[in-house]
Amino acid sequence: MPLIVGMSVLLGCQFIGELLVRALSLPVPGPVMGMVVLLVALMVNGRVPSALRTAGEGLLRYLTLLFVPAGVGIMSHFGLIGEDLGILAVTLVVSTGLTLAVTAKVLDVLAKRRWGGGDS
Amino acid sequence: MNLTGLDQLWVYLSGNPLVSLLATLVAFYLATHLHRLAGHSTFAHPVLVAIALLIGFLLLTGIDYASYFEGAQFIHFLLGPATVALAIPLFDHRERVRRMLVPILVACLAGIVTAVSSTLGIALLMGAQPEVLLSLAPRSVTSPIAMGIAEQIGGIPSLAAALVLLTGSIGCTLGPWIFRWLRIEDPSVKGFTMGLAAHGFGTAYCFASVGAMAGAFAGLAMGLTGMLTAFVLPAIVALFGV
Repeated sequence: MPLIVGMSVLLGCQFIGELLVRALSLPVPGPVMGMVVLLVALMVNGRVPSALRTAGEGLLRYLTLLFVPAGVGIMSHFGLIGEDLGILAVTLVVSTGLTLAVTAKVLDVLAKRRWGGGDS
Repeated sequence: MNLTGLDQLWVYLSGNPLVSLLATLVAFYLATHLHRLAGHSTFAHPVLVAIALLIGFLLLTGIDYASYFEGAQFIHFLLGPATVALAIPLFDHRERVRRMLVPILVACLAGIVTAVSSTLGIALLMGAQPEVLLSLAPRSVTSPIAMGIAEQIGGIPSLAAALVLLTGSIGCTLGPWIFRWLRIEDPSVKGFTMGLAAHGFGTAYCFASVGAMAGAFAGLAMGLTGMLTAFVLPAIVALFGV
């Protein structure tokens, strides 16, 4: 039964998330809003019910499997990718490098300033 | 059974969700083993290998993507509740977040703005097509969220998913090199950075090669970045006038 209860909570939050996104016409995916809903609910509740943890962590353990079906869809876009292959390669490498460098530098400086070397 | 019988059986089966579902699970299982054989190289990540295997399988058998997806959508559907479930690790780290709230938020926003604007900027300058551009925008966010965002802003969700996976591999390759170059030693900084720039790949990498502390921070960064990007990205895209 815990799996059913946990799944119901997750799907229920997703449902509320979808409703909120539609009702307030937010530019955010429904499941992301559902995640915010669940986070708020957990804060109010103060702990993660074990049924929810069973279902949630089970899903997250196989998260990588879940995006395989969508990833296979790339076969429908081989033409588009082929045309922009160079652009994609340069953009991905340069931008990922920049993101890593900026994030690491900012957090390192801020953490050192606050705690003289972070808290680890 | 004669040849026409086999033919009819195949026509029946290939239009049935069973084949796609089974093929997806088997491909993922094989990919996990290949990943181990390849010494856990980030470029042989199970997801990338499974996708390649399945594309090969579909091209060989002549099943088109639409009929494959009819079966595979049952797996795909679980992305929604899985995204919601990301709230659980985020909640688990709430104490750590509270203690480092300001540095974490500032670094997270700086990282997101860098990721999105450098991606859009470079791709725009090089003349990428609009759909490609919009699918690239959410590329440093974990796949389920990135696909939702891409759909929301007019990109192609499956292309976005593939770009997210490639970003993860590239991030894991560049990360250690950039940390050495910037002389970053704090494992929580390393973890947070990897989780922000390389989502689930970065998180897995940190748990395996840096340590549990770095892994926890990476998971935190992944959830936080996904959530914040969903809210911030539409504004940045509008700013670029795409």
